[in-house]
Amino acid sequence: MASETVSSSGYIKHHLQNLTFGQHTDGSWGFAHSAQEAANMGFWSINVDTIGMSVLLGVLMMWFFRRAAKKATSGVPSGLVNFAEWIVEFVDDNVRSSFSGRNPLVAPLALTIFVWVFLMNLIDDVMVDLIPQIAVFVGENVFGADPHHVFFKAVPTTDPNATSAMALVVFALMVFYGIKVKGLGGFLGELAFQPFPKWLFPINLVLELVSLISKPVSLSLRLFGNIYAGEMIFILLAIMFGAGWILGPLSGLLQIGWAIFHILIIALQAYVFMMLTIVYLDMAHQKHH
Amino acid sequence: MNINATIIGQAIAFVIFIAFCMKYVWPPIMQALEERKKKIADSFEAANQAARELELAEEKAAQTLRESKEHAAEIIEQANKRANQLIDESKEQAIADGKRLREAAQAEIEQDVVRAKEALRAQVSALAFAGAEKILGTTIDEKAHSEIVEQLAKEL
Repeated sequence: MASETVSSSGYIKHHLQNLTFGQHTDGSWGFAHSAQEAANMGFWSINVDTIGMSVLLGVLMMWFFRRAAKKATSGVPSGLVNFAEWIVEFVDDNVRSSFSGRNPLVAPLALTIFVWVFLMNLIDDVMVDLIPQIAVFVGENVFGADPHHVFFKAVPTTDPNATSAMALVVFALMVFYGIKVKGLGGFLGELAFQPFPKWLFPINLVLELVSLISKPVSLSLRLFGNIYAGEMIFILLAIMFGAGWILGPLSGLLQIGWAIFHILIIALQAYVFMMLTIVYLDMAHQKHH
Repeated sequence: MNINATIIGQAIAFVIFIAFCMKYVWPPIMQALEERKKKIADSFEAANQAARELELAEEKAAQTLRESKEHAAEIIEQANKRANQLIDESKEQAIADGKRLREAAQAEIEQDVVRAKEALRAQVSALAFAGAEKILGTTIDEKAHSEIVEQLAKEL
């Protein structure tokens, strides 16, 4: 960014473009060099940055917890184990208070969601240009790519693919356990025969289907929207940083302030995603009469 | 910003992480937590037990102390009684001894008096004779008049 002048809209676009790998319209495979090219690749393309960052963070999380799990004893816990146990107990408390059924999947699911989402969101608090610039540097010097075409969106939760994927898995679990616990008839009956009397079942069906579908959609879009907006503010403040001697330092202060405030947001969003997942699965396990 | 196959990859990664967490992370940590909980509960139980035992021991000690005190009091009382008894006995003995001594002394005195009387009586005749001799200026036949004098002495 330093050597050449970049327009604000170009800077924003550059920041909001994923590193997409897929088939170009001419039939060759490769990275998209612009948002238009990425869009032209259609469904069968991959956002390498999203998957790379999220899997890296996920592996980091699992490595940390696996280490803690191996070390965990009934004796006095060491620092690392203590920290892991603190998180586990926090999640376990929430699951116990909100989930009334018996299902060994829910608590580990909640833990995975909470920590993974938190870590993915946390990348948002890393300096807005740091990881993309590293990516540009590596792309230019290792792979010989044109720096203008190396995109890297470092925060996986600002990619709706990541949030939707989690929401869809949760949705699948909701439907699976709904059918498993209540039977297919019970599950469908819940969709069709309430809240109004049975003879109004078309209205019931529309209402319940909307409420069912809205759950994963709201789950994914809430997380995506919050983190995307947060990232957007970081980007705008970063542009402001280059706006002269008065606005520049002010922007620096605002960056710090927003980064601190953002810590609250990312933790809250991770918590909300986890709690809603627990509540939705609890609803799937409850039999209505 | 488009939905593409990333969603599939993310879903697969998510499922793998959940499975890993469910299999290798959650159970050992929960087990450790449960074990620790149990251990702590056991220690509390043991502490309570010890406290109860301590209470019992204290009670027992207090009882023993009370019994000992009672016993000691009893012994002291007995000793006092015995001492009083001894004092009484000594008093009686002393009184009896005093009485006996007094009686003995009295008897002796009476004897002395009698003896003195006897001696006096014996000497009266001699004195009488000596007096009479002086008055008469002659020797008096003791044998001849002794009867009279002895009679006189007896009257003393």
